[in-house]
Amino acid sequence: MTNTVSLLDVEMRFAASLAIRRMSLEVRSGEFFSILGPSGCGKTTLLRMIAGFLQPTAGRIFIDGQDMRDIPANRRSTAMIFQSLALFPLMPVWENIAFGLEVRGMSKARRRQEAERLLELIALPGYGERMPHELSGGQRQRVAIARALAIEPKVLLLDEPLSALDLKLRQRMRAELRDLQKRTGVTFIYITHDQSEALAMSDRVAVMSAGELQQVGEPLELYTNPATAFVAEFVGENNIMSGTVVDTFGDYAVLEGAHGRFVGRRSANLQPQMKARLYVRPESLSLNRQEPENRLTAVSKRFDFEGAFATAHAVVPHDSDPLSVQLAIPHQHLGEAPDIGKPFVAGFSRQDAVVLAHE
Amino acid sequence: MNEITQRFGKHLGGCFILLVLFWLAGLVLVPNLTMLDFALRPNLPAAQLGGPKDGYLLDNFLYLWNHPSHGWIFLKTVWSSALVTVLTFVICYPIAYWLGQVSTPRQTSALLVLLTVPYLMNEVLRGLSWYIILAFDGPLNAALVHLGLLSEPVRWYGDGGVLAGMAYAYLLFMLLPIYNAVSTLDHAQIDAARDLGAGTVRIHRRVVLPHAKVGIATGCVFTFMLAAGSYMAPALLGAPGSRWFTQLIYDWFFESGNWNRGAAYGVTLLVLCLIAVLGMLRLFQVNLTSAVK
Repeated sequence: MTNTVSLLDVEMRFAASLAIRRMSLEVRSGEFFSILGPSGCGKTTLLRMIAGFLQPTAGRIFIDGQDMRDIPANRRSTAMIFQSLALFPLMPVWENIAFGLEVRGMSKARRRQEAERLLELIALPGYGERMPHELSGGQRQRVAIARALAIEPKVLLLDEPLSALDLKLRQRMRAELRDLQKRTGVTFIYITHDQSEALAMSDRVAVMSAGELQQVGEPLELYTNPATAFVAEFVGENNIMSGTVVDTFGDYAVLEGAHGRFVGRRSANLQPQMKARLYVRPESLSLNRQEPENRLTAVSKRFDFEGAFATAHAVVPHDSDPLSVQLAIPHQHLGEAPDIGKPFVAGFSRQDAVVLAHE
Repeated sequence: MNEITQRFGKHLGGCFILLVLFWLAGLVLVPNLTMLDFALRPNLPAAQLGGPKDGYLLDNFLYLWNHPSHGWIFLKTVWSSALVTVLTFVICYPIAYWLGQVSTPRQTSALLVLLTVPYLMNEVLRGLSWYIILAFDGPLNAALVHLGLLSEPVRWYGDGGVLAGMAYAYLLFMLLPIYNAVSTLDHAQIDAARDLGAGTVRIHRRVVLPHAKVGIATGCVFTFMLAAGSYMAPALLGAPGSRWFTQLIYDWFFESGNWNRGAAYGVTLLVLCLIAVLGMLRLFQVNLTSAVK
């Protein structure tokens, strides 16, 4: 499998701050690749460097094997979908879509035809003469995508394009984007701060924090095998227990903290005496487990019924450091759920817990 | 009307309406109708006013039409004002674009202050400073000769001097409306156009200029009207060959004492300005209300 976009030791420094710290990244041809991170982590900077709006202060960027140094944005085979969409408000929809073709010198008749073909692709046939302000949010979204696809880019760069839409529409557009990506085979690089969006749509996800790459992997891998404490805490919900590593054996580490001793899978670099955190997902924490290890006694505080499952919010009592935990209880087992205010015992398998170094 | 009384109440709303009526009648209609009245009557001694020779005639306008050089000066004024407008636009558009889209907030405020400071000075003094700069043995000639760009000093007064003086005097009237319009353009649109492959010229032609159209129309209308009605710059920086139409009007009123003919010339200039403004708005496909906003 070839790489469409390669970043080699890329670094971006603005006047006083380092927005991107030496980073290397490979995006494969035809994949839906997401870059996930909280706002201000440098993900938009990264995207703008790939698009050519920013020049990295060090390192090199390759698109389709070609070094992009000194190649300006208007001569790169990338197309970007902006957060604000940036449709041209004074041009009708078809001219918006055909703008890139106009630049390339295509005749008006052929442009018109091509715009109509793309309007079919985005399921808006006959909308060519409308003005952008006459369209709904979702329709504008699709026009922006058609405008970008019109120039047949190698890579489509999407800068949180769904963030302005309401929840229902956002969910529908997720599916549409995913479907469009599969049908066109264009490589998508998708920027988002919404982890559920990234997990749901992507072939692979890169998690970023403070200008650094934390982990690159498939969504399931990020969820089950977070490489760093940041990934464990940013991607999905996790119960967190802090402590010190007292022992390691095989792939496992024993962590001792204020609430007892727990065993979980460890990362390779973890050594005894290190400060660490153990992470276990709410759905991996279950009631009435028989094994002697990884048990804790908690008092139930609140129930949030969320349909398919309910979340029980509980507290493990402690004089100075009470620990909040969450359990996801499938709706079939709601009958066994602990009563509010009553103590109960919960546990988890060592296989489902991860111990990661944490300062 | 109803909306005004609803929003401000009967009394305050009534005051506003009266003020607008006063402005329209007292400051627009009456003076202009008086001008027209003057323009259509012959210039008579006080004793003959209302006598058999008095009456509404087109003589004063026909005089301008038949005069060997005044018609020519009129056309030249129109042409030169258009030239001033174009020149000012060419100077202002890049600056306005830089201010509205490229510069940092600190650079913007610094440049705006620098551009406004000269306007704190009296208009005549500003004109005089150009009079000094452009003088035959003035600093501009001295500098150009010293740099070897000119072998001997040039007489700048005349058409060139008037053009320079006016472009300078009306810079802000062009710059500010365009800056205002350009600064409301979402920068992502420029990025989007570039991303889709457009070069600088196409980005301006297809994205920035259409967006700034209303501001450009406003700036052009202001500049053209001010230039056509300007008296100071041609008087100071002109030469006998570059007489401005406003100078003729002045001469009829204050040198020849023929107010009626002066009024006819004034009305002609007013009508011309109206036609030019409407023509420009038509050209830019902008309507009057959005241009004034």
